[in-house]
Amino acid sequence: MSKLQIESVSRVFAGVRGGPPTQALEKTDLIVEDNDFITILGPSGCGKSTLLRIVAALDQPSTGRVLLDGQPVLRPGPDRGMVFQSYTLFPWLTVRENICFGLREKGMPEAGQTGIAASYIEKVGLRGFENHYPKMLSGGMQQRTALARALANDPKILLLDEPFGALDNQTRALMQELLLGIWEADRKTVLFVTHDIDESIFMANRVAVMSARPGRIKCDARIELPHPRHYTMKTSPEFSRYKAQLTEEIRAEAVKAVQQMQG
Amino acid sequence: MFEPLKPVPRGTRVLLGTIFFVLFFAAWALVTFGGIIDPLFLKDPWYTLSIGWSLFTEFNFIEDVGITVFRVFGGFILAAVVAVPLGVAMGAFKSIEAFFEPFISFARYLPASAFIPLLILWAGVGEAQKLSVIFIGSVFQVVLMVAMIVGGTRRELVEAAYTLGADASGIVKRVMLPGAAPQIAETLRLVLGWSWTYVIVAELVGASSGIGYMIMDSQRLLDTGMMIFGIFTIGVIGLASDFMFKWVNQKLYP
Repeated sequence: MSKLQIESVSRVFAGVRGGPPTQALEKTDLIVEDNDFITILGPSGCGKSTLLRIVAALDQPSTGRVLLDGQPVLRPGPDRGMVFQSYTLFPWLTVRENICFGLREKGMPEAGQTGIAASYIEKVGLRGFENHYPKMLSGGMQQRTALARALANDPKILLLDEPFGALDNQTRALMQELLLGIWEADRKTVLFVTHDIDESIFMANRVAVMSARPGRIKCDARIELPHPRHYTMKTSPEFSRYKAQLTEEIRAEAVKAVQQMQG
Repeated sequence: MFEPLKPVPRGTRVLLGTIFFVLFFAAWALVTFGGIIDPLFLKDPWYTLSIGWSLFTEFNFIEDVGITVFRVFGGFILAAVVAVPLGVAMGAFKSIEAFFEPFISFARYLPASAFIPLLILWAGVGEAQKLSVIFIGSVFQVVLMVAMIVGGTRRELVEAAYTLGADASGIVKRVMLPGAAPQIAETLRLVLGWSWTYVIVAELVGASSGIGYMIMDSQRLLDTGMMIFGIFTIGVIGLASDFMFKWVNQKLYP
C-alpha cells in the first residue's frame, strides 16, 4: 500500500471583498510510496505550498482527500512533521526544549525526551548549542533545529515547505547534504516543496513539476542518480541532462505565471 | 547630534536626564526666591522639602503613603487576576471574543471617577470603594490589551505546534501564553501607572487617609508646599514601582 495518496485534491480560495474566487490548485493526484523523497517543483504562486498545507491539514481541500497509510487526513498531527520556510522555533525555548516540544505534547517522560533530543542534536550537528535560544542562532542553525524538532516526533512523512529558501547559497547547499544524509541513513518518506531546480534534482528520487496557477502536476520525473549522493554530482552530465529537461518544463510555466501577473 | 534613531551612550543618557531635573528645580527656585510668584500660589523648593520632612516626622505621612500604595496594588492585582485570564481566553478563542468584546469596548470608555458617587452609595467610603474605583479603571483596559496581544500570536508558531501534535489547550498554554507573557507584563506595567491616577481621584472624594486625602486637606490650609510635596511623592513612588516592574520583567523575559 502507498504511504500517502493525494486524490483529486483541489483548492479554491474565496474572493477577497466580493472579488472572484481564486483557483489555487486544480484537481491533483499524487501517490507517494514508502521511503520516497519527492520534490514538488514549481514557479512561485503555483499552489505547491497549498498542496503541502493540505497534506498537513493546515488547510482544507475544496474537493478530494488525502490518505496517509490508508486513513483520511482530517486534522494536523505529529505523524506529518513539517518544516516551514519562515523561522518557526519557539523563541522562549532553547534548542533542546524546541526539539522536545512534540515529545512533551505526547506526554513522554523527561528522561526519554532528553535521550531522543540528544541523538537528533547530534544528527543535525548542533552539539554545544543545546541551551542556546533561537535568536542566538544563524538562519541555517535555526532550520537545523526545526528539522530536528520535526524528526524527533518520528513522523510517518516529513513535509518541507521551501525550508532552505531563506538561506544563503552555501548554507543551503550544506543543509541539502545534511538532509540527504539523514534520509539516506533513516529512509524517511519526504515531500519537499521548492522552486530551485538543482535542489529538486539533487534531493529527490522523484520530481513532480507543477504548472502555473491554477497548479496541477504536469510531469512526474524519476531521478535515477545513485546514492549516496555527493555534492560534486551537481556538475555531472546526468545531472545536467535532468536539469535541462526540468528547466524546459518549468520555464514554460514561469513564463505563464509572469504573463498571468501582467495580464 | 540629531540623527534619527541613533543610540546615545548610557552616561550621556543619565546626564541629560539629570540636567532636566536640575533645570526644573532651578527654574522653580528662581521664580519663588526671586519673588516673581506670590508664595500663596507657589511655595519655594526649600519650604516644600522641609514641610515634607515634617509631614513624615510630625503628621505620620508614611501611614498615608502606605494606605495609598495598598489601594493601588490591591485594586490593580484584583483587576489583573480577572483581566489576564479573560483577555487570554478572548485572544485565543474568537467566539469568546465576539461575546465580550463589544461590551468591554463600551465599558472601557466609562470614566472610573464617574463611578465614585455610585460606589460610595454601594460600598460606603471604606477600602472596598477605593479598590473598586481602581478595579473599574484598569480591568477593561487590561482585558482588551491582553486579548490583542494574545490574538496577535504568530500564526506560523501555532501551525508549527499543530504539526508537532499540540491540541487546543497545548496551543494556548504552551504557545500563546509564553509567547505573549513579556508583552502582557509590559501592559500591566503601563496600566499600573494609570492606577495611580485613579487612586488619587478616589482619595480626593470621601476619604480620611491616603496621599490624595492629605493633598485635599492641605488645600484648606492653603499650603501649596504640602500639596506639591504630596504630588511629588506620588511621582517618586510611581517611578520606583515602574523601575521595579521593569527590572522584574527583564529578569523574567531577557
